[in-house]
Amino acid sequence: MALQLTPSQTVGPFFAIGLTWEDGPYVVPEGTEGAIWIRGQVTDGEGEPVPDAVIETWQADPDGRFDHPDDPRGPAGGDFRGFGRAGTDAEGRYGILTLKPGPVPGPGGATQAPHIAVSVFARGLLNRVVTRVYFADEADANASDPVLAAVPEEKRGTLIAERTDDGYRFDVRLQGEGETAFFDI
Amino acid sequence: MTDPTQAIPDLAPYRRAPEGTHPPLLSPDYASTVLRAPKDPLIHVPQTLTEITGPLLGEGRLGELDHDLTRQHQGEPLGERIIVHGRVLDGDGRPIRNTLVEVWQANAAGRYQHEGDQHPAPLDPNFTGVGRCLTDDEGRYRFITVKPGAYPWRNHPNAWRAAHIHFSLFGRAFPQRLVTQMYFPGEYLFFQDPIYNAVREERARQAMISRFDLDETVPEWALAFNWDIVLTGRDATPQDEDEDH
Repeated sequence: MALQLTPSQTVGPFFAIGLTWEDGPYVVPEGTEGAIWIRGQVTDGEGEPVPDAVIETWQADPDGRFDHPDDPRGPAGGDFRGFGRAGTDAEGRYGILTLKPGPVPGPGGATQAPHIAVSVFARGLLNRVVTRVYFADEADANASDPVLAAVPEEKRGTLIAERTDDGYRFDVRLQGEGETAFFDI
Repeated sequence: MTDPTQAIPDLAPYRRAPEGTHPPLLSPDYASTVLRAPKDPLIHVPQTLTEITGPLLGEGRLGELDHDLTRQHQGEPLGERIIVHGRVLDGDGRPIRNTLVEVWQANAAGRYQHEGDQHPAPLDPNFTGVGRCLTDDEGRYRFITVKPGAYPWRNHPNAWRAAHIHFSLFGRAFPQRLVTQMYFPGEYLFFQDPIYNAVREERARQAMISRFDLDETVPEWALAFNWDIVLTGRDATPQDEDEDH
């Protein structure tokens, strides 16, 4: 018989003492060629900034490979950690320095558009919420992505990061108008 | 080099947690959920290679004393010294080896070493309240710390959090990521703690409470508590492509 799973609980307001790492936001070291900043703001149901959230990211490298043994094509290499973590500041803003991922194999031989898996934790979130970053300059790939296809059309735009001077902007609206599409995975 | 977009065999997915395992995101007795819980239903999406993998963070992240929260400063912290240990398992009871476990907690007086905690209880210069370790080959973890105090918060009149230690787990794949709290046996504050009670099923709530472990105590030195953490397990076979999305 399957064991009782351990329930989720909120990270609470003081997670920064335990979850903040100096190198957390750096999926790749500063100065890496081609590195981009994914920046954004986390807001609540009244549009107010959420200053006590933490964003975690997980993604493939520019070749579409994951630094994990279950990627049958072999691990990503170099200084690419694949994982990023950043707390929000007083204005609810975060930033993750990374490389833009490549397309990734999808179910049934499909190809997924470049994307980054995101978890959001915060005081007031009893469980993380999960979403994905897609990229505005990948319109063709996005149009055939099997996960985006499962998102109601009117919400797909919440997952598309727009180009900025130093990377892309991805805001997270936890609740209300423009609420980000969150996944049951 | 291989073609990065080559088709790869579909991989067995991780199971979704049964209804009632995790607390509903909107749990109004915990007031902070009211403006932060998404209102739209979560969207059921297929698990792909992105979800079947996940960060495997290893030794590079650990300092020698990260597992011992009582030896990170010049002197020893005040409070009851305790050993907190257990295993990280998947839902089928298999140990999850070599996985990062992160903890953070209040000191014995119930105060966090965080600028946002300004309630009138003393900080302890010998206690930061942060620990990390990796599980061993049997999925075991072990921390030495002091028992955290209960502390007041402003959720409702005279609200107090039940004493707890925050735990962060990665497992081996994105769906296994879990942040939770470990509670202590004999707690008398559960009845008025809306975070604990947001977990609706009694059996699931019990899974957050550690067990006093006499066998693991060290005479004249430390009490001990045992707590196993169970992350979701994995199906034996790839998901059915006809699955209703």
